[in-house]
Amino acid sequence: MRRTRKLVAGSAFTAASVAFGGGAAWAQEAVVTAEEVQTNLDNVFVLVAAVLVIFMQAGFALLEAGLTRAKSVANIMMKNMMDFSAGAIAFFAVGYAIAFGSGGNDFFGTGGWFLGDGAFQYGTLTVPVTFIFQVAFAATAATIVSGAMAERTKFKSYFLYSAVISGVIYPVVVHWNWGGGWLSGLSTPFHDFAGSTMVHMTGGVAALMGAAILGPRIGKYGPDGKPRAILGHNIPYAVLGTFILLVGWYGFNPGSQLAADGAIGGIAVTTTLAAAAGAITAMLVIWAKSGKPDVAMTANGMLAGLVGITAGTAAVSNVGAIIIGAAAGAIVVAAVFFFDRIKIDDPVGAISVHGVCGAFGTICVGLFATEDTEFWQQGLFYGGGTSQLVSQVIGVAAVAVFVAIAAGILFSVLKATVGLRVSEEEELAGLDVLEHGAPGYGPDTTPAAPSRSRPDGRTATVPTGASS
Amino acid sequence: MIKLITAVIKPHMLDAVKDGLKDVGVQGLTITEVKGYGRQGGHTETYRGAEYTVDLVPKVKVEVVCAVDDAERVIEVIRKTAYTGKIGDGKVWMVDVDLLLRVRTGEMGVEAV
Repeated sequence: MRRTRKLVAGSAFTAASVAFGGGAAWAQEAVVTAEEVQTNLDNVFVLVAAVLVIFMQAGFALLEAGLTRAKSVANIMMKNMMDFSAGAIAFFAVGYAIAFGSGGNDFFGTGGWFLGDGAFQYGTLTVPVTFIFQVAFAATAATIVSGAMAERTKFKSYFLYSAVISGVIYPVVVHWNWGGGWLSGLSTPFHDFAGSTMVHMTGGVAALMGAAILGPRIGKYGPDGKPRAILGHNIPYAVLGTFILLVGWYGFNPGSQLAADGAIGGIAVTTTLAAAAGAITAMLVIWAKSGKPDVAMTANGMLAGLVGITAGTAAVSNVGAIIIGAAAGAIVVAAVFFFDRIKIDDPVGAISVHGVCGAFGTICVGLFATEDTEFWQQGLFYGGGTSQLVSQVIGVAAVAVFVAIAAGILFSVLKATVGLRVSEEEELAGLDVLEHGAPGYGPDTTPAAPSRSRPDGRTATVPTGASS
Repeated sequence: MIKLITAVIKPHMLDAVKDGLKDVGVQGLTITEVKGYGRQGGHTETYRGAEYTVDLVPKVKVEVVCAVDDAERVIEVIRKTAYTGKIGDGKVWMVDVDLLLRVRTGEMGVEAV
């Protein structure tokens, strides 16, 4: 099998060179056309991009673990493992059909359940490649929530939530736009290239509802009601996680071109510039506000820049990307302060990064899009008027309201049935042992827990009769 | 007579103290990572823009057992090597030791130092 393919590809190269060189009779027998080569390139590129997006799960896991306490570190890792796993199965079973199924209406799709007959495929991509790319996005939307609900959520409830957001809530939102639903049918279609709204704001709004219904962690607010800092236990984890997310974003944004063509490089550039600008402004703002360049907040700033550019990554100029990223970096700091003040405890800043900056970035398309194309209209700042801006605002508002209601119902039902929050005793002790049976960091890494017996299990004999 | 000298010092001064004690012939010591506060009462820092108070500052406790004749020299070395001149350099104190026993050999008193 592998051998045949190699031979076929080899003859294509020869054919091409011969054709350029003046031609020979057998060149006409080329087995692979340029179009087929392009198709293969598209599939390879998008599959690799999907893998990069799936690698973002590792970034989220580390970021969230680093910014929370060691006593619940195994729990947050477990949540990241399960929102991917439950999400993948749920999206395979029903989510993909609701998002992209050709039946249905403007609000949800049907058809291609369990990747069966009629499963969606995009352009030159095969069904499996289209699905893998989309399931990676579904898992991203789901995993955003775990950090905001960290250190106090019952694992069982979180597991159930994961299946519902990836299986139903996220797919409905996706159908509205990428699935050909009503947002794509507006007179000026809503434009969200890689998912500032579809993925990030969806996750961010669900995170907001989850954190609000849960309530803050014990000790987050002093008796005077002032927010107190609860330090993350591992800043290197948080920064490594942020870098992994940055790397993953090169799959997230360029991959959303869904083809290996000339546009992907430019998308990678706007992605890079926005990330860098976001990190720098977040650092400067928190530095001015609290006197020191806070590392965790700077990490949030880099992610804010990335989330902000995701909608307009293909539509805006490099300067536009820097402005959007920089603004997102400042907005995220203000948003973290705001949610702290209104007593919504988000240990990792997920609501601010993904919810607030997702909405902001999406609206920016209506301001910074440089020209009219088939997919978007020129933005206000470039003289294109307000038609795209209005569509962006409609899309953001509609998705925010829908997700707030759907996630609100979901978390309320979970609260009333299985229960959403662990007991006070469990929260204070940390979730690791009581939810999962063992601490994230085993006893031999804790200096305070000495071993009671010799490693070999024997007892030494004390020599007697020695005198002083 | 055996003395127990205990010093609570800044963690990053430990290497200097350890080397200084080795240089004057101290053959063994025990250290513990501890936290505490003194006259300054800790300090305030910020994390993600929210303030928190570090009221228990990390310190290292060094314990040295020595013969009474060496005690003054040991204390002098600790003061010299642990000194930065800034707040939080720590404290040193000394108490009598009623009994000292080397577990392996059973030696007691000065022999066991």
